[in-house]
Amino acid sequence: MNRLDAIEQTQLRDDIPEFQPGDTVRVHVRIKEGNKERLQAFEGVCIARKHGGARETITVRKTSFGVGVERIFPLHATIVDHIDVVRHGKVRRAKLYYLRDLRGKAARIPERDMRQKKKKQAAKK
Amino acid sequence: MINGIIGRKLGMTQLFAEDGTVIPVTVIKAGPCVVVQKKSAAGRDGYNAVQLGLVEDKPIKMKRVTKPMRGHFEKTGGGLPPTRVLREIRLTEEPEAEIGEQVKADLFSDGDMIEVVGKSKGRGFAGTIKRHNFQRGPMTHGSMNIRRPGSIGQSASPSRVLKGTKSSGHMGDARVTARGLTVAKVDAENNLIMVRGSVPGPNGGLVVVKKSEKQKG
Repeated sequence: MNRLDAIEQTQLRDDIPEFQPGDTVRVHVRIKEGNKERLQAFEGVCIARKHGGARETITVRKTSFGVGVERIFPLHATIVDHIDVVRHGKVRRAKLYYLRDLRGKAARIPERDMRQKKKKQAAKK
Repeated sequence: MINGIIGRKLGMTQLFAEDGTVIPVTVIKAGPCVVVQKKSAAGRDGYNAVQLGLVEDKPIKMKRVTKPMRGHFEKTGGGLPPTRVLREIRLTEEPEAEIGEQVKADLFSDGDMIEVVGKSKGRGFAGTIKRHNFQRGPMTHGSMNIRRPGSIGQSASPSRVLKGTKSSGHMGDARVTARGLTVAKVDAENNLIMVRGSVPGPNGGLVVVKKSEKQKG
């Protein structure tokens, strides 16, 4: 697919924060109602990042009124206004599909220690 | 006016439209092409056409060009390096283009209706389910008719199989024209045409992109 990289490059956004599966994110989606446009936030755990380049998508899972809800967002699409990273989670796999079978206390994810990483990033700058 | 160009299918990807929707596109590296020969209805050919040659990044080595092809390119008055690929584009009028004239991707603009001619992927000897979209029989309950074609005709009358009955056989590797496609984006600088939807043939396969006779609007 290297021949298409140049085209996908033009479609990429550079304002997407760094996050991994296991992190809790708040995705602000542009919603059109008639002529008006407003932002709707969807907050949940990112359980998968799929594909790559301009075709990358994220799966965000949350529990709403006891019902599991998952939404898949194209990461570089214009309907995604911006993404906030709420919390960094510590997980040991790239796809957290096991969360679908868990609920309540069992579905918690421990927090990832970001102090070292932040220090490194600050030093780099 | 030349209304077609030779290209190679690079592969598929996606673009984001302004309204936020995703457009699936096939990227075609189209041209640049050169006019190698002109044919006119008034002349000895009896029909109007231009023969285009695809100019590739890596030109063909002279020792690989056959003598007849060398002669064909010498007829252009010299100067034109031989190309690997030659294709004819039929025209409705006498060709106005000069020999050696370049045809580029900027021939097309966004939203143009086009046709793409390619050679479909070969599927080998395929059964009726794959080749003609037949239904399969039951998988269980003693079924002995899982992927069989079923009945292929009547009995003593006509006591033969009618011609044209859909059957197993070679599938694909044939010339296919995809009609009613639209151009999503043209990148004239890099000779790229992005076509909405899919196009026949494998990645790297040769295609001819033509303007549709019927344009929208």
